[in-house]
Amino acid sequence: MLKPIGIVNSINGPVVKADEVHSVEMMELVEIGDERLIGEIIELHEDRATIQMYEGTSGLEPGTVIYGTGFPLSVELGPGLIGTIYDGIQRPLQQMHMQTGNFIKRGIKPLPLDQHKCWHFIPLVEAGAYMRQGNIFGIVLETPLFEHQLMIPPQVEGQVEFIQKEGDYTIKETVVRLKAKSGYIDLTMAQKWPVRLPRPYMRRLVPDEPLITGQRVIDTFFPLAKGGTAGIPGGFGTGKTITQHQLSKWCDADIIVYIGCGERGNEMTGVLMDFPKLMDLKRGRPLIERTILIANTSDMPLAAREASIYTGITIAEYYRDMGYDVALMADSTSRWAEALREISGRLEEMPAEEGFPAYLASRLAKFYERAGRVETCCGKTGSVSAICAVSPPGGDFSEPVTQHTKRFVRCFWGLNKELASSRYFPAIHYMDSYSEYIDLIQFWWVQNVDPEWKSLRDEAMKILQEDFKLQQIVKLIGEDALPDNQRLVLEGARLLKNAFLQQSAFDKVDMFTVPQKQFLMLKTILRFYHKARVVLRSHIPFERLRQLPVVNEINRMKDRISNNACEQFEALFQQIDHQMNEIEKECMSVR
Amino acid sequence: MIHPMGKEYVGISKVAGPLLFIEGVKGVSFDELVEIRTRNNEIRHGRVLEVNRSFAMIEVFEGTVGLTISSTRVRFHGKPLQIPVSMDMLGRIFNGLGEPIDGGPPPFYREKRDVNGAPINPVVRDYPEDFIQTGISTIDCMNTLVRGQKLPIFSGSGLPHNELAAQIVRQAKVSSQEDRFAIVFAAMGIKNDAAQMFRKSFEESGAISRVVMFLNLSNDPSIERLVTPRAALTMAEYLAFDLGMHVLVVLTDMTNYCEALREISTSKEEVPSRKGYPGYLYSDLSSIYERAGRIIGCEGSITQIPILTMPNDDITHPIPDLTGFITEGQIVLDRELAKRGVYPPINVLPCLSRLMNDGIGAVKTREDHAHLSNQLYTAYSYVKKVETLASIIGEDELSDQDKRYLDFGRMFEEQFIGQGQHENRSIKETLDLAWDILTTLPKEELIRLTEEEIQKYYPNNGAQECPTG
Ligand SMILES: Nc1ncnc2c1ncn2[C@@H]1O[C@H](COP(=O)(O)OP(=O)(O)OP(=O)(O)O)[C@@H](O)[C@H]1O
Ligand SMILES: [Mg+2]
Repeated sequence: MLKPIGIVNSINGPVVKADEVHSVEMMELVEIGDERLIGEIIELHEDRATIQMYEGTSGLEPGTVIYGTGFPLSVELGPGLIGTIYDGIQRPLQQMHMQTGNFIKRGIKPLPLDQHKCWHFIPLVEAGAYMRQGNIFGIVLETPLFEHQLMIPPQVEGQVEFIQKEGDYTIKETVVRLKAKSGYIDLTMAQKWPVRLPRPYMRRLVPDEPLITGQRVIDTFFPLAKGGTAGIPGGFGTGKTITQHQLSKWCDADIIVYIGCGERGNEMTGVLMDFPKLMDLKRGRPLIERTILIANTSDMPLAAREASIYTGITIAEYYRDMGYDVALMADSTSRWAEALREISGRLEEMPAEEGFPAYLASRLAKFYERAGRVETCCGKTGSVSAICAVSPPGGDFSEPVTQHTKRFVRCFWGLNKELASSRYFPAIHYMDSYSEYIDLIQFWWVQNVDPEWKSLRDEAMKILQEDFKLQQIVKLIGEDALPDNQRLVLEGARLLKNAFLQQSAFDKVDMFTVPQKQFLMLKTILRFYHKARVVLRSHIPFERLRQLPVVNEINRMKDRISNNACEQFEALFQQIDHQMNEIEKECMSVR
Repeated sequence: MIHPMGKEYVGISKVAGPLLFIEGVKGVSFDELVEIRTRNNEIRHGRVLEVNRSFAMIEVFEGTVGLTISSTRVRFHGKPLQIPVSMDMLGRIFNGLGEPIDGGPPPFYREKRDVNGAPINPVVRDYPEDFIQTGISTIDCMNTLVRGQKLPIFSGSGLPHNELAAQIVRQAKVSSQEDRFAIVFAAMGIKNDAAQMFRKSFEESGAISRVVMFLNLSNDPSIERLVTPRAALTMAEYLAFDLGMHVLVVLTDMTNYCEALREISTSKEEVPSRKGYPGYLYSDLSSIYERAGRIIGCEGSITQIPILTMPNDDITHPIPDLTGFITEGQIVLDRELAKRGVYPPINVLPCLSRLMNDGIGAVKTREDHAHLSNQLYTAYSYVKKVETLASIIGEDELSDQDKRYLDFGRMFEEQFIGQGQHENRSIKETLDLAWDILTTLPKEELIRLTEEEIQKYYPNNGAQECPTG
């Protein structure tokens, strides 16, 4: 079936050069030698080709035959994706384990989807219906609560000649036959799509609905919209992975695609162990039932790392096309960029900044462009949100990958080393971060939470900014030397930082905060702040304010008041008012 | 596939730095092992770095000094470098390529393994979560080591990283199965003294018969260092995943390893990334550090303690930086503390153990452990701010609160960080000590601890009252 298309001439790590090359296309997937090692054509020049190898090349010899597959690197899409862990080129790791044991060996190609599993197919159309790309012809329950919509593949249309009755079928069996201009087309429940090509949709929509993450610093201060893009840069150990894990666990997307791109094996293991046990807040089912994992860890082949983010985003687009909200995490895009650099270096291309190829920026742009909120081909609304970690060398954000990422994402969650080293988490620094979605999503908060949301959020942000400036002075003269109104700003900021922004990923109550509670927490702090401002006018010693018992209550509200006990904030408000009034009275009487 | 195993080529075309180039060869494969015979019949080893139909580029582990163009003989082995693995190797000493150098006979073995290993399939990894008590407070309480973790020591030249590593190895205790442990020690370019120090320490603790040493010392060929950690880890994987032993691997000094890698890269005229190190330094280091962990269904584990010296004490230098991006935390030594005579001079602020959370808590250590550690971090990082302020306005001008923090800082550094080289504190002693020191601060400041924890553990409850300003 596979035909020889050339001969290996040279081998240099993951780059193989071939000669005597014929009848092969740019980006075509090829297989080399008896072991059938997988690679992809990345350059064609007369009868020579350059191939990037998705598997180790140790032991490969010049003169070995190369076979063409006739296809570009593609993913197989259909029921059975959810809950599976794949490598960067969609090989199911569980299957690989069964074939080769504990360590990953080369040259094996288990199929991405289970070929024998029966799915319960429910047809939604009848013979005679005219179907276009993206139209839904049936559904399958992929997990107990997840409806997998079966779509006509892109660029296919025709009249339904025949459709199977409701019943159990494998993904190999034909379920629909279309009569198209070119003849009959048999469709199964699965389809293929080349990873480097965005899947089509009808039109782009404005991302005006927040992706609720339950992380206060994100939702309240630097919110992400469904279909938005976010970059998380930070030096090692600042919390990129934990942030992405938190989002994968608690964000209100329907599907999570988690890509471990050149990172640690144990982190993927952590997800594999936790997600079957943790419950999806929306559906009340194990999280693994909405998650697809792609693991190309740092010790796995480098070129497959480059492919992994495309594999991931194509799967994400597929679920988007069904009308779902998908959140994609990529940890870390810097490792992807390094893979690009590595291949580029071996091709002896002219390097641009820091050895990265000149096309780094355009590749990043194209990738982020694939995120978005769209009207799908079948008229539904779906979204892909892309949340990507960036690992700048030395934690220095001026390096190329961070800088280019900044150009293409609209949410920037800058992680800070100092915060992380004092165990202040999430270490998202409010001065380095921004979100361009605030104005778009504020209506959602007005409608669903409280009309005051935006003004409280802005005021809190102002306090933090003022505090940041004042801290420069405090460093030189100490806090006590400042006038009371400025000390109050410091105190307000301290409460915001300790009681609101700081959020433990490991505390059962604190790890996720519903929007309502986020709002009330903010309101509590600002209530204290406003009252204090008034009380201070009657010349109350500043220390008295700090020592009010309610300060301790405020500091502990995050884990004391649970998500479904928001009515308890009323009591907290009263305590604030009461205690403030008391000291005011007390001071009056002394005078 | 025909390999000219045994077929010898006489004469090479070029030697440059550690690289050897040979033309007119056939059937050579990428990454295979090469045996090189010098004019004086001395045998060296190398590895194919690049190959095409008629030419091969080879890195020579023992260096190219003394090679001649016409009389050098090259023989290709047809497979990558392999080392023998067997139980028989425990207690023995090998060179950086895995050949015995202790004067003993070649070890008995049934099997040889590719030193490059293979990636562990993420689906079979078992999450590391067994607490290892090292007896060192800053590690046990604040940067807990767990079995199967890779936790490097970031040091500087002249700092006592070797002493610390030896102390960890000596004291490291896991609650059960103490008889199934082994130590694999890989030296890359360290001085003979340092290697001897480790040896003595293993002997004193009675562990020497369970140690396998791979030594490439400072006067040994530098390119050989590229193999040393891989040989060591191949051995460790055998002990851990075939024989079910808990293996502690010490790799020192990774900085020398990285320099050897840079040497090869420069000779190949590759486009360098930062500071002349190759762009693939991250991936290369990963292929070493990721060879740690546990595997579902295997009894054993590999815990890695790589040691590296930060050039100029700079933690943003590519070697510590990329290491930190791969390992599961880091222990950072500090020159200031060392100068003030604090041993071990661990600066806790930049330290981290990412696997700590799953290794501690009510059952494993104590329920207040996580919060207590966070509280120490919060307080100590505040101390650093106060110290800066004090250096500007003077200590006397500080608020009472800030003065208390300074006291806390002093006690913390002297009593908590500081401990003897042979002082082995139990986790309970460590945690109680932390509480003792925290009494310098008023309870209201302890916002990282819950009220229940304060109730239960704050010494002499009720005695301390908040000062009024
Ligand atoms: N939200 C959080 N709550 C509590 N602890 C956190 C939080 N975020 C991070 N941490 C702590 O910081 C450590 C490092 O975080 P993480 O592994 O996410 O860093 P990273 O930025 O991904 O680093 P690297 O680039 O090396 O992968 C974690 O092991 C955890 O102890
Ligand atoms: Mg990470």
